[in-house]
Amino acid sequence: MLLHDLKSVWMRHRPLWMGFGLTGVWLATTAMHIPDGFLSLVVALIFWALAILAIGYALSRVRGELKERQVPMMGILAAVIFAGQMLNFSVAGGTSGHLLGAALAAILIGPWPAVLIMTCVVSVQALIFQDGGLLALGANLFNMAVVGVFVAWGIYRLIRKITPDTRWSKLLAGFLAAWASIEIASLVAAIQLALSGTSPANVAIPAMAGIHAIIGLGEGLITIGALAFLMAVRPGLLDDKSAPGESRLVWIGGLAAAILLAVLSPLASAHPDGLEWVAEQTGFLDAAQGPAYEIIPDYVLPGISNEAAATILAGVVGVGIVLAAAWLVTRIRKSSAAG
Amino acid sequence: MHAHPFDPYVPTASPVHALDPRIKLALVLSFLLGVALTPHGAWAALILFFASLMAAVVLSGISPWRILRRSLIGLPFALAAFPLLFTTAGAEWFSFHAGSWTITATGEGLRRFLSIALKSWISVQAALLLSAATPFPDLLLALRAFRVPQLLVSVIGLMWRYLFVLADEAIRLMRARDARSGIEPGRRPGGGVIWRARVAGGMAGSLFVRGFDRADRVYAAMLARGYDGETRALPAPPVAPVQYAVLAAGCVWLALLILIGILVH
Repeated sequence: MLLHDLKSVWMRHRPLWMGFGLTGVWLATTAMHIPDGFLSLVVALIFWALAILAIGYALSRVRGELKERQVPMMGILAAVIFAGQMLNFSVAGGTSGHLLGAALAAILIGPWPAVLIMTCVVSVQALIFQDGGLLALGANLFNMAVVGVFVAWGIYRLIRKITPDTRWSKLLAGFLAAWASIEIASLVAAIQLALSGTSPANVAIPAMAGIHAIIGLGEGLITIGALAFLMAVRPGLLDDKSAPGESRLVWIGGLAAAILLAVLSPLASAHPDGLEWVAEQTGFLDAAQGPAYEIIPDYVLPGISNEAAATILAGVVGVGIVLAAAWLVTRIRKSSAAG
Repeated sequence: MHAHPFDPYVPTASPVHALDPRIKLALVLSFLLGVALTPHGAWAALILFFASLMAAVVLSGISPWRILRRSLIGLPFALAAFPLLFTTAGAEWFSFHAGSWTITATGEGLRRFLSIALKSWISVQAALLLSAATPFPDLLLALRAFRVPQLLVSVIGLMWRYLFVLADEAIRLMRARDARSGIEPGRRPGGGVIWRARVAGGMAGSLFVRGFDRADRVYAAMLARGYDGETRALPAPPVAPVQYAVLAAGCVWLALLILIGILVH
C-alpha cells in the first residue's frame, strides 16, 4: 500500500524530479528575464496589455505628483539600479548573488516612480543587452516592474505598520520586501511559462519557487546592507514616501496580490491540469493550424511533396540568400573604393 | 554618448546602418512576430528566417561570429523547456530506465523542445543585430515615433547617459573591495556568505548615495541651462519613401516565410 502510494507520487511528479536539477541551473544563471520564443503569442500579448495598463496608470500618477526635479533623479536612479546589478558577491562554487533592485527602488522613492524606473531598466536590458526578449518584454515588465514593485511595497508597508518604528523594523521590512518581490515575481514568470505550454506547471512552479527562495535571500541580505548604510549616512532618505490616506489601497493591493499568488501557485502546481487546459486554449494558434489549413487535404507547396525535401530546399535557398548578400557587399565596397 | 565596453553598437557604414531607425525597429518587431507565428516543427521556414537574418548581418558588415557568439547567452534558458521532451504525449522516441521506472521521451516532445530553442535563438540574434547596428539616440527617436510616452523616453535617455558613469562608479567600488581584501591561496577571502552579502549591500547603498548626489548636481546644471521640466527634441526627420518601400518589401517577405511555415508544415 505504502509502496503503491510512493509509486504514484513518483509517477505524478516524475517530470518534477527530472526537471528540477536542470531548471535550477538555468534559473540560477538567468534570474527571471524570459527570452523570446518561450511565451505563446497570446500570453505575450495579454501581459503586454496588462503591463501597459499598469505603467500607463503609474505615468499619470507620477506626472501629477512629481516636480520637474524628479526627471533627472529617476533617470540617474535607473542607472544606479542598472549599475548596481554589477555589484555581486560570491556565494559558492562559482555562483554569485547580485541585486535586482525593485524593492530598494520602491522603499527609497515610493511605488509609482519605482514602477517607471524598473520599466526603463527592464526595457533597456531587453532592447540593448538581450536580457529578456522583445515580444516577451510585456511579461517581463509585468513581473519585475509591476508585480515586483507592488509586492515589495505591500510587504514593506505591512511590516512597518505592525512593528514599532525602530531601526530593526526597517531592516526586517526591507529584507522581507526584497525576498517576497523576487519570489512572487518568479511565480508569475512560472505561471506564464506554464500558460504558454513551454514548461509543465508542476515543474516550472516548484522549481522557480525553490530556486528564487534562495536567490531572494541574497537580494534580501543586500537590501539590508544597503538600508543599514543609508540609515547611517542619509537617514532622511528612508522617511515615508506615501501621501497619507490614499496610499492604503496601493500597499494593500500589493499585499493581496502577493497572498493570492502565494496561495494559487501551489494549487496550480498540484493540479496542473487546469493550467494545461488554459495553455491548450491560449495555444490555439498552434492548435488551430491543423483544421484551419487542412481545407485542401495534404496540400503542400506546389511541386514539393514532402516536408524533408522542403527543409533541404529551404537550406539551399537560405545559403543562396546569404551568398547573395555577401556578393552585394563586396560589390558595394568595390564600387565605393573605385569611386 | 561614450564608447564603453558595454555599448553593443558597432559603428560601420552599411545599408543596414543607414536604414531609418523607425523602419529598423518595425522590421525587427515584425521579424520576431513572424518567428513567433511560425508553427512548431516548421524547419523549412525557420531555416529561411535564419538565412534572412544572416543575410542582413552580412549586409551590415558586422562579423556574423560576433552575433553568433553573443546569441549563445540565451541558450541556458532552453532548459526551461527541456521537461517537454518527456511530458509531451506522442509516439515513443526512446526510453531509459532510472531505478525501476521507465522514462520515455517522445518524438513530439523533441519537436516542441527543438522548435522553442531554435525560435528563441533566432529571435535573440535579431535583437542583437538591432542593437549592434543602431546607435542609442536613434533608438530613442524610434521609441518616440512608436508613441512611447515622453516621460519614459526622457528617463531612458538620462539613464543611458549616466549608465556608464555609474558603471564606472560600481567598478571603482569593486576595485576598492578587492584592494581591501587580502587573498591567501587556499582560503576564501572575507567572512561568511552573509557577511559578504552585507558588504555588497553597503556598496549598493553607497552607489545610491552617489547617485542621489549626482542627480542633485545634474538637476542644478540643467536648471542653469534653462530646464523647465520639458524635454525637447528636434522634430523627427520624415521617413524617406525608399525606406517605406524597404519596410513593405520586408513585411511581404516575412509574410511569405510564415505562409511557407504553415503550408509545408
